[in-house]
Amino acid sequence: MSELTIVQAVNRGLTEAMRQDPDVLILGEDVGINGGVFRATEGLFKEFGADRVVDTPLSETGILGAAIGMALYGLKPIAEIQFLDFIYPAFDQIVSELAKFRYRSGGQYPCHVVVRAPYGGGIKGGLYHSQSTEAYFAHTAGLKVAIPSTPADAKGLLLTAIHDEDPVIFLEPKRIYRSVTGEVPDGDHRVPFGSARLVREGSNVTLVAYGAMVPAVTEAAETLANEGISAEVLDLRTLVPLDEAAVVRSVEKTGRAVLVHEAARFCGFGGELAAILAEKAFFSLKAPIARVTGYDTPFPYALEHVYLPNPEKIAHAARSTVRGG
Amino acid sequence: MTNGGTVAHSDADPAPEGDGFPRDRRLEAYRWMVTARVVDERALSLQRQGRIGFYAPLSGQEAAQVGAAYALRPEDWVFPAYRELAVALVRGVPLRSLFDQLVGNSADLSKGTQMPNHFAYRAQHFVSASSPIGTQITQAVGAAMAMQRRHDRAATITFFGDGATSSNDFHAGLNFAGVFRAPTVFFCQNNQWAISLPRERQTVSATLAEKAAAYGFPGVVVDGNDLEAVYRVVRAARLRAIAGEGPTLIEAQVYRFGPHSTSDDPRRYRTDSQVAEARQRDPILLLKERLLSEGLLDAASEQELWESVRAEAARAFEAAERAPPLDPHTLFDNVFATPTPRLAEERGEYDRLVREGLGKP
Repeated sequence: MSELTIVQAVNRGLTEAMRQDPDVLILGEDVGINGGVFRATEGLFKEFGADRVVDTPLSETGILGAAIGMALYGLKPIAEIQFLDFIYPAFDQIVSELAKFRYRSGGQYPCHVVVRAPYGGGIKGGLYHSQSTEAYFAHTAGLKVAIPSTPADAKGLLLTAIHDEDPVIFLEPKRIYRSVTGEVPDGDHRVPFGSARLVREGSNVTLVAYGAMVPAVTEAAETLANEGISAEVLDLRTLVPLDEAAVVRSVEKTGRAVLVHEAARFCGFGGELAAILAEKAFFSLKAPIARVTGYDTPFPYALEHVYLPNPEKIAHAARSTVRGG
Repeated sequence: MTNGGTVAHSDADPAPEGDGFPRDRRLEAYRWMVTARVVDERALSLQRQGRIGFYAPLSGQEAAQVGAAYALRPEDWVFPAYRELAVALVRGVPLRSLFDQLVGNSADLSKGTQMPNHFAYRAQHFVSASSPIGTQITQAVGAAMAMQRRHDRAATITFFGDGATSSNDFHAGLNFAGVFRAPTVFFCQNNQWAISLPRERQTVSATLAEKAAAYGFPGVVVDGNDLEAVYRVVRAARLRAIAGEGPTLIEAQVYRFGPHSTSDDPRRYRTDSQVAEARQRDPILLLKERLLSEGLLDAASEQELWESVRAEAARAFEAAERAPPLDPHTLFDNVFATPTPRLAEERGEYDRLVREGLGKP
């Protein structure tokens, strides 16, 4: 066990995987000598060399296209996209190619690439260093989407992603890269996909979140507890595969659900969760489902504190759900 | 790797010794070119009859494709676009397998997931093709970088058209290949048309090959109607690649005789006389004349060759049409290595629909 931040845990996960398997390699912008702009790949260039920690030209479609070619040939590439906001030049490679290779070749060409990208707001990054667009990827058949919220999960989900057989979009909550620390198991620590984490048990309302919203939701649950409202907190960990059973089971127990994400509300992942609950837990619901999300505006710079969900907004929504009105 | 069909030629080494095209394989190459032309004729007619849904003909590009494919070795990887049927043939993909894909039957190795012409044949290292233009270019570079890393003496070749030279991935792919000295051969079949747009509308560069200069490696223009000339430049580019000297861009100048696809009417944007003029240099005609003049072929054996290829194609297509259709459940296969609970649930939902009398069993 070591006490680590999330970004350190990512680094340990990468190091572990690269020590285990010479076919694992990293490619991206500034990942080599510089160790990544967030230092997630710090020290790897020195340990594994320039042909396993590959500084690429500044082209996301080039990074993804090359990673796909490497994966088809049998390597296990991990592509770093510097910010999720910069992934769109590679969107064609991800949704048209990476997601579909196994399917479109009838299983002849599996294509296992892990795409790592820091995502989310709260760092004064404005429009292009803040967005949470996980729903684009969760919507595309053939991609898995993992989003850790703790150091242990950052390492454990990353190692699971690297050992998976399918493409994984691995989104790292950069806002809590360094502010959240925790115990991380040493060695080959793996956290299975599709298994939500029960952060806190409760009986009056279920709060569902992932990534950087988990600490905010947890703080809201503490506030609510002081007011006599018992909130259960679920951290989804992976959006695809989704632990539907855990969400449904919890809401069947509490009868109430507040769904939280930073991403804009319209067509956001909370909409999918609400639909699943309407389909599968309708008769357990005691109150309308609530969503606490970013607004349907572009991500703002000066007003990001207005835009983002926070513990106050989450507690308020939960209170209204429990007490009515 | 499993291959549902019989692999007729995969053991053959298509890259014999010597710089020039081997004399004793020219007749065989001619047969592949004729086979591709016959498949085109047949597929266009089958599409009109509604027996296949779509087809993208390659007529006019046979020498470019067959010449390039002969310059490769089995360990090389091909990253095709959707018009490279003749490359697949030379790589050893059986006609029957190609027709299984055009039909989308249960024997199709791609399990009916793709439109006709979007082939994938792992045993022949013929990587799955897609419709977006140019995406295979960066992938070929990545696979070449993997070959480099594994110290494999092999190269990748990627096929694309003149239109793809305008794509993001053309720039990114050539740039990466230059930076990493990737063992890749960029094989552009400039067939003069990207659907309705003439080559001049893609770029004002005098040639497409000269774009290589900006990436720091050689670009070569070759007459794509000349089988032997194509073979020589691809062979040289391949040797350069595996020697660690880096990539090469080849522009094979050809002409697309047919429509872009069965959904296209080329008379909207070009005249019959333009096509007739291009057909004066039909690659099949050029090679035939050469083989006739050298006594490797005569009028009777030429006619016999066409008849035998036509009969072979007819048999292969009929067999593909007789193959059972796909089990509807295969719709849910190969999304992931193991289905997610959600996919398993949707599969069950489909079964319920069938039980309730909806949908096709």
